[in-house]
Amino acid sequence: MIIFDFVPMWTLILGLAVFFYVLLDGFDLGVGILYNFAKTTNDRNLLMNSIAPIWDGNETWLVLGGIGLLAAFPLAFAIILPAVYFPILVMLLALIFRGVAFEFRFRDVEHVTFWDRAFGIGSAIATFAQGIVLGAFIQGFDVEGRHFVGGSFDCITPFSLFTGVALLFGYGLLGAGWLILKTEGPLQEQARRHARICFLGTFAAVGIVSLWTPLVDSGIAQRWFSWPNIAFLAPVPLLTALFGFLEWQAIANPKSELRPFVYAVLLFCLSYFGIAVSLFPMIVPHHYSLWQAASSPDTQIFLGVGTLFLLPVILVYTGWSYWVFRGKVRADTGYH
Amino acid sequence: MTLDPLVLSRLQFAWVVAWHILLPALTVGLASYIALLEGIWFVTGKEIWFRISGFWTRIFAVAFGMGVVSGVVMPFQFGTNWSRFSDATANIISPMLAYEGLTAFTLEAGFLGVLLFGRNLVPRWAHFASAVLVAAGTLFSTFWILVTNSWMQTPGGYKIIDGIFYPTSWSEIIFSASFPYRFLHTVTGFYVTTGFVVLGVAAILLRRSKSQEEAKLMLSMTLWLLTALVPLQILFGDMHGLNTLHHQPAKLAAIEAHWEHEARAPLALFAIPDQKAEKNHFVIEVPLLGSLILTHDVNGVVPGLKDFPPEDRAPAIIPFFAFRIMVGAGLVMLALVLVGLWLRTRRKLYDTGWYLRALQWGISLGFIAVLAGWTTTEVGRQPWTVYGVMRTAHSVTPSLTGFDVLLSLTGYMVVYLIMFPTGLWFLTRIVRGGVLPEEDTPVEAGRPAAPVKPVPERSP
Repeated sequence: MIIFDFVPMWTLILGLAVFFYVLLDGFDLGVGILYNFAKTTNDRNLLMNSIAPIWDGNETWLVLGGIGLLAAFPLAFAIILPAVYFPILVMLLALIFRGVAFEFRFRDVEHVTFWDRAFGIGSAIATFAQGIVLGAFIQGFDVEGRHFVGGSFDCITPFSLFTGVALLFGYGLLGAGWLILKTEGPLQEQARRHARICFLGTFAAVGIVSLWTPLVDSGIAQRWFSWPNIAFLAPVPLLTALFGFLEWQAIANPKSELRPFVYAVLLFCLSYFGIAVSLFPMIVPHHYSLWQAASSPDTQIFLGVGTLFLLPVILVYTGWSYWVFRGKVRADTGYH
Repeated sequence: MTLDPLVLSRLQFAWVVAWHILLPALTVGLASYIALLEGIWFVTGKEIWFRISGFWTRIFAVAFGMGVVSGVVMPFQFGTNWSRFSDATANIISPMLAYEGLTAFTLEAGFLGVLLFGRNLVPRWAHFASAVLVAAGTLFSTFWILVTNSWMQTPGGYKIIDGIFYPTSWSEIIFSASFPYRFLHTVTGFYVTTGFVVLGVAAILLRRSKSQEEAKLMLSMTLWLLTALVPLQILFGDMHGLNTLHHQPAKLAAIEAHWEHEARAPLALFAIPDQKAEKNHFVIEVPLLGSLILTHDVNGVVPGLKDFPPEDRAPAIIPFFAFRIMVGAGLVMLALVLVGLWLRTRRKLYDTGWYLRALQWGISLGFIAVLAGWTTTEVGRQPWTVYGVMRTAHSVTPSLTGFDVLLSLTGYMVVYLIMFPTGLWFLTRIVRGGVLPEEDTPVEAGRPAAPVKPVPERSP
């Protein structure tokens, strides 16, 4: 007997966890991508120090998101993960390299260049792999019964490769926004140049994906362009255009230090919302809805009690740790 | 030979979890050890305890970081390679894994920052409290992971509808039949492992004439702790064995390579089990000892592998040898502790060269025992993922080809063989540096210093 429908609550929790992951690890992966273009060791120190205290906390959201999917929508977990077998593998291996680089880089002074590359290239590869996962997810999978029945390389398509590249620009934009906030002088100017390139790439990619998906998927076209949806949903593209314009201005304005990051976050919010609108209520596109893939109500209640208690604690702690490490980052602080 | 995705997926899981388990084997023990050191420092106010805790905190930080990155891999294995298992059991095991993530995130990650970077930033009691909370976090993690594993070994509190497990009693799921014994045996095993790491590191420092005062204190204190822990661990192991006899007789028969159901059973010290012929070759055995050890009664009845159909038997050769390696490592550890006690009474504990060298080699003993013990329990459970209910062969992801898994396994092997040796090399460098005279992190302007040290600019 179901007394109360917990699926909307878990959809919200999981949606938030995934979004926090995309946002938080997004900007520190973005800093990692831009790390490839840093010119001096001093610049590299600054870039790394700007995310060193918080990156591992950011990455924990990946675990919470993954286990959250298993806990709330196990059928989706069991279908989607095999379907993106190789992108997940590549992402995990790249994240390992990038994660240990934080520790190994400064303890291993003789081999600085190897771990520097591990950090920069690892960040880029992890991002690209996540973009492929996103593209493959939007396109959907071959499913029979409760199993994925396609091949492990089916997820590599022109569309998913495109979303892979798009996410490189997107995370790059978040990372550049973060660096504008955390650095000053010539390094900040460089971050603004990177932000401009990444913004153009991101904005173009968002536009292309927004046209591509309705063209290949009549369901998505129906969702967006049928009356009255078109009236309710019109603000999404309009706001995207507005925030894009404001982002462009903020990047160019030397006095704007926080706004480039904030508008980049808002652009991510809108893109995320747009994808959610396109796919809702399906969690395995074309096959299973959120309700069909949900775990048993007993499971949702048992885990919900603790989650509703612990999640706010985690959010407060996360906020506090960002507060502790606020302000401009300097290269010369550290162990003496 | 064709590539079997099932066999390769099992190898891959064994590979990633075997490397991963080495880190909690150290960090769970170290977190409690650091909390103990901080507690003594808080009570006595003697700075030497604070210096020792600082030294071990630096080692803890590196091991913890490696534990996190290798741990992130684990939950994804359930989805990528064991999707049918995930689909069937998620209603039961997913809250356990999620609670592990949530409590670990809250306690470990939350207070680790204070423990690492707040040594001069927060009051003494707050630093001590952080150490206790980090230790509690590692124990909570261990708790939830072992709850999951124990439920897979001795499932309870569930019903099955259309091939999917549903919970009927959370208390029966969490406190399943093997859980209390597995938890005690594992945590004590982690503590003993850490104890022998501390002994070995103290021996290294003494032999290199570094940080003598601290090294002697570490050696003396840890030897006392192990004097209690090692016999206790043997007792817990025995209790766990009785539990296995009761709830997983097929596993016990495989561990002992015991084919016949019989009373007054012998104990095989050495044998080459032959799964096809259903007997052992080259047997060296002691009469009656099998029944005595396994049932605590010379007339006790010990189950045999022939009690179970061939398709329900674990491959006896692996748990048989793994178990003997574990027990062997345990006996060597017991001997090292006894020799240490004897040297202590003769006041030669700190300057007996051969003993210090033995302790240095002893660093690996705990890890060997943990890996061997884990192999015993996991291979001994075969051919089941959920003992007696769900088969391993029915748990694997159906869409995978052998080539897919060969590729991914190769990827994990290459990356782990770069990462883990490098990590070990860093840890040995920290150890060789010894305890620093001022084990603390400088603080500027009331804010923690950046945790990444700048690398000197290289000349072009």
